Amino acid sequence: MSGFRHSTAGRVDRNKPVRFSFDGKTYQGFAGDTLASALLANGVHLVGRSFKYHRPRGIVTAGSDEPNALVGIGADEAHYAPNMRATQVEIYDGLVAESQNRWPSLGFDVGAVNETFAPFLSAGFYYKTFMWPPKAWAKLYEPLIRRAAGLGRAPTQADADRYTQVYAHCDVLVVGSGPAGLAAALAAATTGGKVFVCDEQSEMGGSLLAETTATIDGLSARDWVARALADLAARPNVTLMPRTTAFGWYPHNFLGLCERITDHMAKADPKLPRERLWQIRAKEVVLATGALERPLVFPDNDRPGVMMAEAARIYANRFGVKPGDKAVIFTACDSAYRAALDLMAAGVAIATIADLRAAPCGPWIDRVRSAGIAIRAGTVVTGTTGRLRIDSVSLATVGIDGNPGSSENIACDLLLMSGGFTPSVHLFSQSRGKLVYDEALQAYLPGISVERERSAGACRGIYDLDKVLSNGAASGTGAAKAAGFAAADTITFSTTADSVGTDGFIGVTPFGGPSSKARAWIDFQNDVTAKDVRLAIREGFRSIEHVKRYTTTGMATDQGKTSNMNALGLVSETLKVPVPQVGLTTFRPPYTPTTFGIFAGQSRGDMFDPLRKTPIHDWAAEQGAAFEDISLWKRAHYFPKRGEDIHAAVARECKATRGAVGIFDASTLGKIEVVGKDAAEFMNRMYTNAWTKLEPGRLRYGVMLREDGFVMDDGVVGRMATDRFHITTTTGGAPRVLSMMEDYLQTEWPGLDVWLTSTTEEWAVIAVQGPLARKVLEPLVEGIDLSREAMPHMSVREGRICGVPTRLFRVSFTGELGFEVNVPAGYGRAVWEAIFAAGQPHGMTPYGTETMHVLRAEKGFIIVGQETDGTVTPDDAGLGWAIGKAKKDFVGKRSLARPAMTASDRKQLVGLLTVDSKTVLEEGAQIVADPAQPIPMTMIGHVTSSYWSATLDRSIALALVRGGRARVGTRLSVPMPSGPITVEVVEPIFYDAKGARLDA
Amino acid sequence: MLLITCPHCGPRAELEFAYAGEAHIARPTDPMALDDESWARFLYHRANPKGLHAERWRHLHGCAQFFNVVRDTVSDSIVTTYPAGQPRPALPGDDKGATR
Repeated sequence: MSGFRHSTAGRVDRNKPVRFSFDGKTYQGFAGDTLASALLANGVHLVGRSFKYHRPRGIVTAGSDEPNALVGIGADEAHYAPNMRATQVEIYDGLVAESQNRWPSLGFDVGAVNETFAPFLSAGFYYKTFMWPPKAWAKLYEPLIRRAAGLGRAPTQADADRYTQVYAHCDVLVVGSGPAGLAAALAAATTGGKVFVCDEQSEMGGSLLAETTATIDGLSARDWVARALADLAARPNVTLMPRTTAFGWYPHNFLGLCERITDHMAKADPKLPRERLWQIRAKEVVLATGALERPLVFPDNDRPGVMMAEAARIYANRFGVKPGDKAVIFTACDSAYRAALDLMAAGVAIATIADLRAAPCGPWIDRVRSAGIAIRAGTVVTGTTGRLRIDSVSLATVGIDGNPGSSENIACDLLLMSGGFTPSVHLFSQSRGKLVYDEALQAYLPGISVERERSAGACRGIYDLDKVLSNGAASGTGAAKAAGFAAADTITFSTTADSVGTDGFIGVTPFGGPSSKARAWIDFQNDVTAKDVRLAIREGFRSIEHVKRYTTTGMATDQGKTSNMNALGLVSETLKVPVPQVGLTTFRPPYTPTTFGIFAGQSRGDMFDPLRKTPIHDWAAEQGAAFEDISLWKRAHYFPKRGEDIHAAVARECKATRGAVGIFDASTLGKIEVVGKDAAEFMNRMYTNAWTKLEPGRLRYGVMLREDGFVMDDGVVGRMATDRFHITTTTGGAPRVLSMMEDYLQTEWPGLDVWLTSTTEEWAVIAVQGPLARKVLEPLVEGIDLSREAMPHMSVREGRICGVPTRLFRVSFTGELGFEVNVPAGYGRAVWEAIFAAGQPHGMTPYGTETMHVLRAEKGFIIVGQETDGTVTPDDAGLGWAIGKAKKDFVGKRSLARPAMTASDRKQLVGLLTVDSKTVLEEGAQIVADPAQPIPMTMIGHVTSSYWSATLDRSIALALVRGGRARVGTRLSVPMPSGPITVEVVEPIFYDAKGARLDA
Repeated sequence: MLLITCPHCGPRAELEFAYAGEAHIARPTDPMALDDESWARFLYHRANPKGLHAERWRHLHGCAQFFNVVRDTVSDSIVTTYPAGQPRPALPGDDKGATR
């Protein structure tokens, strides 16, 4: 024995010393230590400050249920992870850990002044204190709360680690590798089924790793574990997954597992990811998740040195660590007696065992008594002392009246507590299984299953080793059988282990009655005391869901693993209703905090979203284009020349296109090929327009509605042949248009002979627009007569351009003479460059989406999604002319006949001209009739598009205004923070109203 | 994540599919013959049962076919799947079975 480390006991590797630092100080541990065990071996109990009162806190547990020992891990900010449980962190050479929620140091923390204000920080203090005045929220309360709340701090640099995601299928997934899980895995494995076994700990074996006396099949528990794991590892149908937490259950036996791969390594292979998300579809699941020891609730039960009895046993037996020199034990069950004997063997003096029970008896009690340890029955802890570590405990016997008598003070540096065990039903509950309260065990147990799973061992309230093993084996066999694998023989086990019974206690120990001023912690992590819960009940909260949210008990990162049942017990006792009537809060994923990294996986940075680029993208990039994101596409926004800002560039591009010729990449337009003998009939039904009489070689602007009558999409459609249409859709709308078309075709009109094919990425689309467009293209085309007479506006011809097959549209979204050259995408850039070269003598200018927007707005052409918002009818948008009046039916037609759709005060598309021509309105700005009216004003519309028009040397805007067409010629107002802007309502067309230019 | 058996492709993970609303709501053959209330019922009224629900899914990232699913909205379990156009099958405890 040296210091607090036993010379031989435990599973740590004494040949491999490990140096690590905590709060800047260097310590030594051994390979196999957790940060918690290594700190305890160095005599360090104080590891953190509490959430609200900044109380000094120590290590309470030895597992993932740890509420106090939360630390920040990482030598640099790019590898820093806050709120790691020291009880799960495996140490390695060079590990850097720091405590949290303290300043300037753990030993002296200014925040502890909150203790003084404790009377003002009672349950619901957030709701009571930070209410008034409202303006103080943004400036005072929220920053204050944000600084005070939260245990860890976010790292200041982006996460440098990689995370991966994998999918897997198996026949049987066993969650947990304690005795039940191992027995289940062995039984399932012998059937030949594909078995996965996961465990959140670094070593498999669960509670057996800390077992020193029990034997299984004539072997010590540890040797049996080693044999079982070797057996499983040798089977090709078994996958063992240590350091892997099953954190979430999702429908249809789909589980999320987080495998920690490099966190325990001093020097990890850079090829390895830090963590791996396993998404496993298991035919059957065996939950062997064990049970968590419950703390006891008594005054000042949160001092460093107050620890769970079983945790102390684990530190002694598994890690060879002595958690203190002199211990007092406070218990309501037999397992703490077993712990007392193991700790005594490890060199801890046991001052006394205070047992809440009036008359504890049984083999463990007898053994303790014969070991010479004093047992005090019917005794409670009435208080503790010690600033940064416990130094004494007050004990008192509970009298017949239920209240404690006079206290006796006992010096100690360790207080171990045990209120019995709570089955870990988290995953079962997440799977929507119904929990049933067991009065005898004072525990919720798995009841009726909804998914294909079964619970085995302690997580279903079975604690005795022989029963746990046989239950585990039966579960493994049953699961394999349900997955279609027959079991050969029943596996049996012979064990020697004494039962520790099933006693326990929930609620608050009787240390002083309901009016006691003492503070007894229920939820360590969120700093919730019994007094807080009682106050909430006095203030009228009844449901545990409400008590939870008001007091925040069970709402911390540990999700109430150690606190929920005691809170339930207290509410039950105070309200004098049985526990099941109090209710139970819902268990939700994740079981333990899980990094965002594994959910993001590879989807970070450039991989965050797919990126779509047109065939002409690289050319635009080489020309120095500025790009904008349109759905997943990158589109050239404008092409700035040296020294130009967006306004100058767009003004130049507009003038060049109207004055000579511009070239624009329209490849992102959605495209669908509609083919079949019923293609025209299909088009008739899908679009508002009439298609039957549209001749091959002609184009038509089509409007598509949803069945509710509102505009869904629009685009120019070419009839290539009697049975073939080339549809274009909006850039963002292509998938939903195709999906809606498929829906009607497959489910409403399956008899139509029509085939739909997405051709968006098959065609590059080069728009050549402007009075000189024909001159540029004429020398490049073969087999197409581009003359005004041979190829009028809204026509399409097939032929060749620059030697490449083309569908050449004569169409204009600018109001100028225009063509859209469709060529196979692979030729897109070559044809673009050829046209651009041919256009140079004519002053051809590339333009981007911003200029496209300005030019179309000057002509009053709408953009679906900008002038429409899902509540706009064709008539609202000024597209009444596009409705085939003679058609008996089309999608949305019936809805257009509803009274509300024809009301005269609907919002209608109009143009707006600011009285001050230099003022450009803000898109989205609201419109009112009278800016002098009191606030809140009656809003009668909004600005949908607004630009500076270089062509007109003034601002223009489009807007949707209630009864707008009747307001043409009147003035309205756009109130802005700087004052109202007066506008004149005009027809929504600002340039070449007669359309002479596009007919040129 | 649900495991959905596409009638054409077999069991696949939910992320291959898109939900498409309640099943067996046929578009009226002559919408203009309907009064406003009947049309509104077709357009907007949907069942929201606790229990078995016939609904449409599309195997968007597979065969791209729409098909029907009977799902228990309480347990999220899928009772059966069948191609579009087939009637809702008769199922034990389902009084809406075998209707179109």
